[in-house]
Amino acid sequence: MRQVYMDYSATTPVKKEVLDAMMPYFTEHFGNPSSLYTYGLEAKDAITKARGQLAHLIGANPDEVYFTGSGSEADNWTLFGVTDKLAKKGNHIITTQIEHHAILHSCEFLQKHGVDVTYVGVNPDGTVKLDEIEKAITDKTVLISVMLINNEVGTIQPVKEIAEIAHKHGVLFHTDAVQGLGNTPINVHEMGIDLMSMSAHKIYGPKGVGALYMRKGVNASNYLHGGAQESGHRASTENLAGIVGFGKAAEMAEANLENHIKNCSALRNYLIEQVTKTIPGTTVNGTMEHRHPGNANITFEYIEGESILLMLDSVGISVSTGSACSSKSLKPSHVLTAMGVPVEKIHGTIRFTVGDFTTKEDIDYVVENLAKIVARLREISSVNEKKGW
Amino acid sequence: MALYNETVMDHFMNPRNVGEIENPDGKGVYGSPVCGDMMQITIKVDDNDVITDVKFKTFGCGSAIASSSMATEMIIGKTVDEALAVTNKQIVEELGGLPAVKLHCSVLADHAIKCAIYDYAQKHGKTYKGLEGFDPNADDDDENPEGCEGPGCKA
Repeated sequence: MRQVYMDYSATTPVKKEVLDAMMPYFTEHFGNPSSLYTYGLEAKDAITKARGQLAHLIGANPDEVYFTGSGSEADNWTLFGVTDKLAKKGNHIITTQIEHHAILHSCEFLQKHGVDVTYVGVNPDGTVKLDEIEKAITDKTVLISVMLINNEVGTIQPVKEIAEIAHKHGVLFHTDAVQGLGNTPINVHEMGIDLMSMSAHKIYGPKGVGALYMRKGVNASNYLHGGAQESGHRASTENLAGIVGFGKAAEMAEANLENHIKNCSALRNYLIEQVTKTIPGTTVNGTMEHRHPGNANITFEYIEGESILLMLDSVGISVSTGSACSSKSLKPSHVLTAMGVPVEKIHGTIRFTVGDFTTKEDIDYVVENLAKIVARLREISSVNEKKGW
Repeated sequence: MALYNETVMDHFMNPRNVGEIENPDGKGVYGSPVCGDMMQITIKVDDNDVITDVKFKTFGCGSAIASSSMATEMIIGKTVDEALAVTNKQIVEELGGLPAVKLHCSVLADHAIKCAIYDYAQKHGKTYKGLEGFDPNADDDDENPEGCEGPGCKA
């Protein structure tokens, strides 16, 4: 059976060149980068190289990039580290209702420990309300955190404008760029970003390695305590092969960025065009103007998302859903809820993400099967266009 | 490994008794799209109080559709009293188990059947022991998402 992976926002396969770059660091050059003999120095050099590769992709200085265990860790580090560091200045954070749970759940934790958090809303097209951000700033605000690209609906947020607002009021700006890295041009200095979270496995690198960009002078408190790795900012023996892989993936993402964006958006637009043309009762969620090149978030009316996902899986197609029933939680997607999508429609929403290995034939295969599956589920459904919701 | 076992997947991929009986003797609708699942059941009952035909339509996830399908199979050929004795636990057992977060889907099927029989009893002036204490407006699902009001029976 044909296998079509269409969930690149969940994770990506490791590219062969990336794996090849990593392999020697498992067996031959396995040294601990903190060791002072040749094995250790080789390992340290490899990490320095990777740091340079990642820094180059985002327009940072290498000494502003700290490797972590994941994007979530970078988010946690930012929120805990900045609120601790600036506790004397204030205890207020501004973020949005559509952030990743790594931000939202960390904020909820901080709220239990005396930090005030404002969750700014979004417009129906999934872009954050800029005016609400500025209005929310008080003299106690220490950090504004807004994601670069939303993971569910793919909207690219105006982070440069938000950073300007933050800096006008002397507030630090963080962006979770886990979905943004390698999918939109980033220059941290030009965009005024003070801290930025990244992850390797979304850009064809390995899982279990992320990074935090922290502008020189920001100095958020440490989150992981122990040894003096990462210039004393992040304890833990480095994930050597993982970091080497992240560096290689970053280098490839930079070289490939323009093509990647062009090819993915062409395929994604073709997918959306075919789906909305052949299947009635479909809506695309989120703006098409500033959007993740691979993301198509589509609502299929009168049916439920998990059913669609399971039937697609039975014909070899992998997608994900923001719907309540598919995940362990029964709560409908907080992102679509914040955008004002009616709950019954949220239940019928599927996220497709195409990537570097997606072909036009893959899209045709998906559309053909999707049309059949949607029709079948609508036959079974107790609601339909005639009866209404 | 898989999200659901083979029996559940079979009833989801090839659901039995999908559809709507014309001029049914009883009709029950339970749940709502806002809650993420809604099941409609129509039944035919003969003079001996035997359920001769059942058809369902369900908006919902894999386990909601599978539970609906299984439930219809379990009550066809049974008397109304026997059908009322079917519990959501038995539906889950017949399906070979459901993930814990999906157990409410079997409740949906159980309630929809009772709603349909309640409708039948109302229309035909009958009373059943199994319907004693059954409140058609009750909301037994305590895991409702926000904005999902107590489903209750709908016709």
